[in-house]
Amino acid sequence: MVGLITAIILIPLLGALAIFTWPQRNCRPIALIFNTIAAACALGLWRKFDATATGLQFVERHVWIPAINAEYLVGVDGLSLLLVLLTSLIIPFAFLAQPSPSGRAFYAIMLVMQSALYGTFTAQNFVLWFLFYEMSLIPAFLLIKIWGGENRDRAATKFFLYTFLGSVAMLLSFLGIYLANGTFDFAALASLGKNGLLSGKIAWLAFGGIFIGLAVKVPLFPFHTWLPDAYQTAPIGVSMVLTGVLSKMGVYGFVRLLLPLFPNQIKIIGPWLLALAICSIVFAPLAAWAQRDLKRMVAYLSINHLGYCMLALFAVAASPAVSAEIDTHAALSGVFMQIFNHGITAAALFYFVGLLEQRRGLRGIDDFGGLMQRTPLLCGWMSVAMFSSLGLPGLNGFIGEFLIFKGSFAIAAAFTAVAIIGLLVTAIVFMRAMQSLFSGPLAESCSAFPDLLPGEKLVIVPVALLMFAIGLAPQFLFNIFNTTVGQMARLFS
Amino acid sequence: MTPTLQVFLIVSAAMFSIGLLAALSRRHAIFILIGIEMMLAAANLNFIAFWRFGPQHQPPIGVMIALFSIAIAAAEAAVGLAMVIAVYRHYHTTNVDQLDQLRG
Amino acid sequence: MNSWIVSHLWLIPAVPFAASLIILSLSNARRKSAAALALFGQALALALSILAFVPTLQFPGFRSVQNFTWFTFGEETLRLGFVLDPLAAVMLVMITLVGLCIFLFSVGYMADDKNFTRFFAYLSFFSGAMLGLVIANSLLLLFIFWELVGLASYLLIGFWIEKPTAAAAAKKAFITTRIGDMGFFLGMLWLYGRSGTLLFYDGGSGCLESAGLAMLSASATFIALLIFCGAVGKSGQFPLHVWLPDAMEGPTPVSALIHAATMVAAGVFLVARVYPIFSVGAVNGVTSSLTVVVWIGVTTALMAALIAIAQADIKRILAYSTVSQLGLMMVSLGVGGVAAGIMHLLAHGFFKALLFLGSGSVIHGCHGEQDIRKMGGLRRLMPVTFMTYAAGMMALSGVPFFFSGGWTKEEILHATAHWPRSHAPYYLILAGVVLTALYMTRQIIYVFFGYTRAAAERSHESPRVMTIPLIVLALCTIFFSVVLTPAWPWLHGFLTGEPVHFDITHLIQPMLFVSLVLVSSGVGVGYWIYRKAGVQNEDRAAEIDPLEYAQPALFRFLANKMWIDELYDRTVIAFSWMGARLSDWMDRYLWDGLVRGFGAIGQLFGIFTTSVDERGINAGVDETTAGARGLGRMMSAAHSGQIQMYLGAVAIGMLALLLLYAWLA
Repeated sequence: MVGLITAIILIPLLGALAIFTWPQRNCRPIALIFNTIAAACALGLWRKFDATATGLQFVERHVWIPAINAEYLVGVDGLSLLLVLLTSLIIPFAFLAQPSPSGRAFYAIMLVMQSALYGTFTAQNFVLWFLFYEMSLIPAFLLIKIWGGENRDRAATKFFLYTFLGSVAMLLSFLGIYLANGTFDFAALASLGKNGLLSGKIAWLAFGGIFIGLAVKVPLFPFHTWLPDAYQTAPIGVSMVLTGVLSKMGVYGFVRLLLPLFPNQIKIIGPWLLALAICSIVFAPLAAWAQRDLKRMVAYLSINHLGYCMLALFAVAASPAVSAEIDTHAALSGVFMQIFNHGITAAALFYFVGLLEQRRGLRGIDDFGGLMQRTPLLCGWMSVAMFSSLGLPGLNGFIGEFLIFKGSFAIAAAFTAVAIIGLLVTAIVFMRAMQSLFSGPLAESCSAFPDLLPGEKLVIVPVALLMFAIGLAPQFLFNIFNTTVGQMARLFS
Repeated sequence: MTPTLQVFLIVSAAMFSIGLLAALSRRHAIFILIGIEMMLAAANLNFIAFWRFGPQHQPPIGVMIALFSIAIAAAEAAVGLAMVIAVYRHYHTTNVDQLDQLRG
Repeated sequence: MNSWIVSHLWLIPAVPFAASLIILSLSNARRKSAAALALFGQALALALSILAFVPTLQFPGFRSVQNFTWFTFGEETLRLGFVLDPLAAVMLVMITLVGLCIFLFSVGYMADDKNFTRFFAYLSFFSGAMLGLVIANSLLLLFIFWELVGLASYLLIGFWIEKPTAAAAAKKAFITTRIGDMGFFLGMLWLYGRSGTLLFYDGGSGCLESAGLAMLSASATFIALLIFCGAVGKSGQFPLHVWLPDAMEGPTPVSALIHAATMVAAGVFLVARVYPIFSVGAVNGVTSSLTVVVWIGVTTALMAALIAIAQADIKRILAYSTVSQLGLMMVSLGVGGVAAGIMHLLAHGFFKALLFLGSGSVIHGCHGEQDIRKMGGLRRLMPVTFMTYAAGMMALSGVPFFFSGGWTKEEILHATAHWPRSHAPYYLILAGVVLTALYMTRQIIYVFFGYTRAAAERSHESPRVMTIPLIVLALCTIFFSVVLTPAWPWLHGFLTGEPVHFDITHLIQPMLFVSLVLVSSGVGVGYWIYRKAGVQNEDRAAEIDPLEYAQPALFRFLANKMWIDELYDRTVIAFSWMGARLSDWMDRYLWDGLVRGFGAIGQLFGIFTTSVDERGINAGVDETTAGARGLGRMMSAAHSGQIQMYLGAVAIGMLALLLLYAWLA
């Protein structure tokens, strides 16, 4: 099935073009059609994917810019496939969640972003990857800037400058690496990484550049301050994509680039990196606790959840001794699970916040009260998302977090023990939210709320069922990336 | 009194000075032209004098140069007069103070 | 047939779960089908539990394990499993039996509630999770069900969600137990890292079997203590006991099932289940982790009993009594009396459920009133409730011979008396026994004896659907003692796997007399103090408790729960909230400030380069051009167009050249 990946990348772009030729104002159906086609292709990819084979599959390689060894090289391994599937899932979800705005450009831009995301997750050559990576940035900027809420100019500019500066740092670092090694190919670079791609101060500079670029994207404390503003002001569908997929680009970059390329540097400053991850895990939910705005609250919890991924990755990469196979595998599998789960759960949470905002016009935590009496279904399904996010067993969040903690604890016990605070505070945040939203006497302002409408049910129930499915029988997801986990574990040990 | 080079030079210098004075002080273009001619005449006198009292005073070298010079002066005077007439026709004056079209 | 259920143990929790799922999808109006489904599910679970109980009788120390792979991550697998052994079997039967009674009671008690169906869905869900918990053969699976019972508890405490106090209590319960659970989680991770498996029994390589335990070495103490944190949270032990009394905001059947009989006992069950980890490296049955368990238990037992004396809410008294009894069970486990602790757990499950349901019946009869000082004289109006309640009260107080609680309590005293490390727990527990008898006497006098006060005036006996469970539970409480007596300690033998002989002479032991004296003194003192309670005399009003009259300061201290809630409010909660505010502040001003600072530095640099450009580089070019232009203007001024002036200039130049020549020559 050569060409399938290219097709997946191109279909949303075609969709964007099609939207401009579409005669009617309501462009959601056409966008969804293209989403569906792309998702079908992604499912086809999954079907044909050989879960037992190591290495990249469906590779397409064409000469692109021979002068700098930039090739058009795309291919998927388990991690890439997982993220392609996640993208295919979240983008239509976001389209359905967005209370139809605002012209055709919105859909076109979202589709461009989708294409960029597919590209980012499948490109295996740095130049190509970077192209897609940046290509996703500009639509995000536009979406916030044009369709954002209050304070959108500031937030959009902050988002853009922040991530763009990070990208520039990363690009420079890669130029350095290229000049020293003469290749942009991920696989080739990864195999060179063991012996050190660069030497001396240059290596540290390059490491620092890439680290900052990716840390901003994830985001890792203290590079996270763009996130609450951006997520808060972005329209709900965009917030869902930002947290559901865009933030995964950072984690993906860490797994694909930083950890294989700079193992020695990470080992040296490992404890500091772990400390940063811990700060993400502990401070973010504490800050979430103090938020009034529900969207901002969920945004902060996003930082916390991705902090767990960072914790496990750094623990694996920074462990001075060779850690036991089971721990490395647990940590990496946990990270991959967490990526997927957080994508669904956080997107669902934003979706619910969006529903509440649509009904009330406000989204402060104390603008609601006693919703359980008026809208039991909404509250019930929203609780599912919340419990999934706080890591209740039986729902998807628990699997990833358990494995992450299992792996990290065996490798970096002290840090992991501190990270437990994050789990606790997350629970407090959600308990507070539930108490304030669902319980107590029904607030006057909420007394005319409709419960979940059929259309909304159609959107959320499948997602919630997916949460249950992953929480109870997660094997089908593990199958995607188990081989990749083994391969990466060997790379790190 | 024996004619010596100095006497000729003094006369020549006087003529040149008079010519220069005329050329500088008179306002009428014709007079300026006459002053210039006088300076030329002084120069011719110098030629002849230097030739006569120089180391090689065979004829006709010095006289020839003077004759050429006079001929050129005549031609120059003709051109000069023609220009003056042309200027007069154009500006209806020959007063050089008013003829400042060459100003930068 | 027997082997069938043994290999299909998962069915036992699955049945109530399925019932719950179906009920949840029913509409609110289908009340009858909801109740029927829940009851049917519970009855089926009871039947299956009894079926599962039978094979465990085959031989001492029976244990059957089914492990299965949950998922494969990387190249490793994570296995879970179910186990059936005497401990699990007795718990299964107790939970399903008590559960069935309480389900039945709820049909009457919740009859008027508008969310009737949801109540039964939650209740069934809880039952499933609790049954799963006791048969889990993996600490992870146990933890999963552990969290699920926590969720059920949260949902049910906050069932009357429109009541702000209920919602607050639910939140408090969830968070407080989660604090303990985080310790449990860490302990589990540590155990997993050390032993490489979380399966309890796995053909010799499980973490509770000798090979697995050997790998723990010195870390066993810490692992045990961390796991104990979970038990402290769930079982309402000091210092995490604060949620349990507040949990009484939930409907009374919930209090009976979850917060008295089953879930809160899960902590005790957990410690009993992983007891081998606690006793790694034991000398004379004493380890540091078990010592901690003992002291936590003693503190809890005594403190809760003291607080119970000064409470006025009928359910809160029982709640504190639950806390106190759980402490007692912990002490028993800590001193090595695992069987005694579990026996007390089972007996307590029956009689405390009975007491709570009795109190529910009382509250139902008194139209929602819960203050014991407003009741009185109910023994005539609610005879069945009174009789069963009295049976429960005597079991709880530890009256020997006919009541199960007496025998189990006696066994705990026996175990504690022989603890080698210290005798203090023994004496403190003796005090606890007296206090228990005292506060139960106080409660029963206030509620059932004396004058009929305001709330009790129009009360009536509860309908049969509520009284039948009471009677069943009372009978259980009484007949359960058959298998507990020292003459034929069948249950003890069943749990420990030791052979049992019938010997009537063992019935009379010195501890029996100690127990008898303590209980009668407690009851006697109680009767003496409260014989005229609720009666107006010349020097005090009817509402004032005689103790309050005698010792107002002490009474207030106890009535306010030793101000532990207030202490937590001012310290832990206030500090965390401060932490939250601080994090938010740091984010807004410190980190974002830094970012803005960097931005400002960039801007300053921009301003600087602008000025260099405008004032330096650009200005230089401007100056040069201006200068050139000025020069040109000057030069052009020289070109006046006056020929004579030019000529003069030539003349002057010539003169100057001449002079120069003259000077040089």
